[in-house]
Amino acid sequence: MQMTGAKILLECLREQKVDTIFGYPGGTILNVYDELVNYSDVFRHILTAHEQGACHAADGYARSTGKVGVCFATSGPGATNLVTGIATAYLDSSPIVCITCNVGAPLLGKDSFQEVDITGVTMPITKCNYQVHDVNALADTVREAFAIARSGRPGPVLIDILKNVTAESADYEPLERREHKKRGRLATLMSRWDFKPPEPDREDIRILADMILASEKPMLICGGGVVRSRAHEIFRTFAHLIDAPVAVTLMGAGGISGTDPLCTGMIGMHGSQASNVAVDNCDLLIAVGCRFSDRVALKPSTFARNGKVVQIDIDRAEINKNVRTDHHIVGDARRVLELLTEQLPEQKHEAWKEEVFSRPTEVHYDERPGCLTPKQILSTIARMCPADTIVSTDVGQHQMWAIQNFHFDYPGQLLTSGGFGTMGFSLGAAIGAQAGNPDKRVIHCTGDGGFRMNCNELATEQYYGFPIITVLFNNGTLGMVRQWQHLIYKEHYSQTTLDRGPDFVKLAEAYGLNGFHVTDVNEFEEALKKALDSKTGSVIDCVIDIDEMVRPMVGGGSHITDFMIN
Amino acid sequence: MNPVQRHTLAVLVDNESGVLSRVVRLFSGKGYNIESLAVGTTDDPAVSRITIELMVDDKQCDLLSNQLRKLICVHSVKTLTPEHAIRRELVLIKVLANESERRNEVIQIANIFRASIIDVSKASLTLALIGDESKAAAFQNLLTEFGILELVRTGMVALERGQYTIDEQTKEKGEFDYGKNVL
Repeated sequence: MQMTGAKILLECLREQKVDTIFGYPGGTILNVYDELVNYSDVFRHILTAHEQGACHAADGYARSTGKVGVCFATSGPGATNLVTGIATAYLDSSPIVCITCNVGAPLLGKDSFQEVDITGVTMPITKCNYQVHDVNALADTVREAFAIARSGRPGPVLIDILKNVTAESADYEPLERREHKKRGRLATLMSRWDFKPPEPDREDIRILADMILASEKPMLICGGGVVRSRAHEIFRTFAHLIDAPVAVTLMGAGGISGTDPLCTGMIGMHGSQASNVAVDNCDLLIAVGCRFSDRVALKPSTFARNGKVVQIDIDRAEINKNVRTDHHIVGDARRVLELLTEQLPEQKHEAWKEEVFSRPTEVHYDERPGCLTPKQILSTIARMCPADTIVSTDVGQHQMWAIQNFHFDYPGQLLTSGGFGTMGFSLGAAIGAQAGNPDKRVIHCTGDGGFRMNCNELATEQYYGFPIITVLFNNGTLGMVRQWQHLIYKEHYSQTTLDRGPDFVKLAEAYGLNGFHVTDVNEFEEALKKALDSKTGSVIDCVIDIDEMVRPMVGGGSHITDFMIN
Repeated sequence: MNPVQRHTLAVLVDNESGVLSRVVRLFSGKGYNIESLAVGTTDDPAVSRITIELMVDDKQCDLLSNQLRKLICVHSVKTLTPEHAIRRELVLIKVLANESERRNEVIQIANIFRASIIDVSKASLTLALIGDESKAAAFQNLLTEFGILELVRTGMVALERGQYTIDEQTKEKGEFDYGKNVL
């Protein structure tokens, strides 16, 4: 069937069962948007305020639903506005497909209006990217892009389509998704690599099983790989089978329930005492889907110095990258844990657990009269919102407080920029999550710094009727940076104090949302109740103390138990 | 401690635009300088072979190989050790030779090194030498005093000795294919 490139693109998205597209139109992508009108019953297009918001929304959609997120942008600035969003998705292995259009072939490479080499720009932050010059290659390219984005260790893929390609016609034949790898470019790719579902090496599994049997102080790390592979159920079974305490990384939140009796809380720079000390004392550390980032391992040379380190990861390139391991298994977390669980008898490590849980898994924050504390805010949210509430966070102190105080129960419940640490991520992500999970409550936690960056998306929230509740931890400063300045830079608070507008209540109201300003826990509870009852989104501006710190804290590059503050 | 030494990586890639920059940026992005780079098609016109030499230790070399294997455009990667590989590069040297005595001396040196004379003018000789870096360096040293006008090298190419090829199946390779994750 002959059709234009624009139509082929949309048909290919239909093949992938895409239901939501986040995007922003512009000159070069006009043909696609022109055709999109005919697909209004197939795709819900969400027009954001800024391309960065669209990219974060696609990311939030992907993280919360497990499906591939899709976003559209035009050439030049439209495309470069995606860059931070793409890098965020790349560092956290989130599957998104970004579609940009570029100037037409006759204008390419001439510094034409709104032209940029976006495939060059995004090369280091995509799993793969393509520039499509030939309309006949378009369908295959889109199919390959989706396959690569979602397979194995997921990640972002960008397709840059020349404007003339979207106007030219080619023959298009609909092809079901399961047929994709049998035809065209994907078939060629598949011929190079194994078709069969990859299996973890049985000998490696046996070796690990023996190591577990020999261990008296086993410890597990639940990393982002458990979340991405939705391996939470088998992970819990495995942890209880071998009776090992579990430390959770930021990206691993939801991989095991925070209320599980084996969970020792977060590990790393702001990890709990129980987690950090246990990792230091264990005789066997099994890290599942965790790349030992510098925020987790802190000092690679002394990390888990008293035990053997085993890494289970789907990405071979992560093995031995940051921490030297004693054994590794390359494979999907779920499959590896299934095989291990089959092989192992039930074990008990009571003495070891007693040792680990003798230290606090949570931080105690003092309550001060007349002062609203982060702990009060978060406990109130946890008490008043449904258990399956999705939480998105920005980056900084409130992010750490949120992780420390909420108990995430399932993968995709927490949306946070872990690897790239993108301030301004959370509102876009919350919009994406709400679009993908209309029946769930979405709480958007942010700080006054991060919120100011991308609060333009409140317009999107209001227009599409997303009842997102923004909880703004307003301490009038860039809190985490101030904390470093306080602890490391002799209290030189250089350029971190945000003693300026806007009035966030008025801002919310200007966008047509509910605005609340609260200074104590009763006011907060009242505001949250109103927000939960309202059909429109809300912003709750919570005034907290400027000197509130995230505790505990281990300095960057220090040994994991050398707590700077407890 | 792992000593920093010259490592040779052979990489099979798709013969398509953008592939070379994808491969090369992986090194620059991690702060490594490529000492030598040679690219050309193989017996299969759809596949190119890139030979990269760089000064790293064994661990860094492994990490870089792992990262390279993740690229969709990369088919296979192998580290070729000096003991198990043959390495050659072509060096073209244009030497000042405007007097007959000097010209004869240059020709003699060229003969000893089995370099060919590929161009001649009244004032210069251009020589082509095939060899590894020590042979090229010795040749270059001897010619310096005559006045080297220009020198260019193709970059080192290398093949494993014996019957083994870059596509040899190993358990490691299976792991890396998994890392690539195509469906």
